[in-house]
Amino acid sequence: MSYFIIIISAIFVNNVVLAQFLGICPFLGVSKKISTGIGMTGAVTFVMVIATIFTYFIQKLVLVPFGITYLQTISFILVIASLVQLVEIVLKKVSPPLYQALGVFLPLITTNCAILGVAIMTVSKNYNLVEAVVFSAATAIGFGVALVSFAGIREQLDLVDLPKGMQGAPIALVIAGILALAFMGFAGLV
Amino acid sequence: MNQWKNFSKGFFKENAIFSLLLGMCPTLGVTSSAENGLGMGLATTFVLVMANLVVSVVKDFIPDKVRIPAFILIIATFVTIVEMIMQAYVPALFESLGLFIPLIVVNCLVLGRAEAFASKNNVFSSIIDGAGMGLGFAMALTMLGSIREILGSGKIFGITLYPEDYGMLVFVLAPGAFIALGYLIALINRLKKA
Repeated sequence: MSYFIIIISAIFVNNVVLAQFLGICPFLGVSKKISTGIGMTGAVTFVMVIATIFTYFIQKLVLVPFGITYLQTISFILVIASLVQLVEIVLKKVSPPLYQALGVFLPLITTNCAILGVAIMTVSKNYNLVEAVVFSAATAIGFGVALVSFAGIREQLDLVDLPKGMQGAPIALVIAGILALAFMGFAGLV
Repeated sequence: MNQWKNFSKGFFKENAIFSLLLGMCPTLGVTSSAENGLGMGLATTFVLVMANLVVSVVKDFIPDKVRIPAFILIIATFVTIVEMIMQAYVPALFESLGLFIPLIVVNCLVLGRAEAFASKNNVFSSIIDGAGMGLGFAMALTMLGSIREILGSGKIFGITLYPEDYGMLVFVLAPGAFIALGYLIALINRLKKA
């Protein structure tokens, strides 16, 4: 039951983009088309789950036993940056079709603050390994739900005649705000 | 290079938020009040200035291939310092900014300036550039924070302007951040054209 609550909470109630403001850059950057949105979601899910597992072990086996938790930020970002490179190399070798689909998005992920944010949140919420994996996967799905629905709206938006000042980023932000308003309807669900 | 121009470009012409759309996560995440916005802006400014300083000093010793990880490491060091200083001296602000302090590491603004400016210019202009961009960022965060605080709870920097009951609560919550920033950028775009 508690896993179910973690999932619902991470996807809808505390949506990573619309309620916690993590991963806004890719949310605004790659949301022009639904297909790229789906690709980005795949890459984020992949890296987020792996990164959370790695940082979980680093926290439990290295940082805490040696009493150097103040190095958390530095070690996590290094692990994530090198992990993204590693995932890219391994994917290229092991599964070329998957690399074809996700490849272009991987370098962008290092600067996606949702990855580091989820890694730190997992530690501060004291999740065990299974909970951490469920939480990170659900967060990534929440990111995907927000990104794909936003991309769908933006595809329609191209056809709309807007005042000059509102074109581009401003209207995208206002739309994101309305989407966030809709997601607020989930508040109190858990 | 004209140092005054170098300093002032961060405020309007190349403002991180209004023109470049860099560093959006903290921009939206912490600006529920003017005070939080200012605190976050100053913390980022410190990291930006120090990272620019160190990067421009060591730029000749770092091999080109590993420069990005090296820059990230330098930035992460200063973020950790800021984290510890804030936890010690301004614990209340540290609590309310929370997760977003370690996340200064992945603020594209900081890495962007290290890569685009400090790795190509001398120490003095890099410091000036960091200070200008950082303070421009802080100014934008404070503006957004003030707007949200005034509209949402009728206060600015904690000083009451009108009774809270008349405030539009949505501006303090998540959707208000997106909407307020959207209209703020639209307004600035409009002013630039005029």
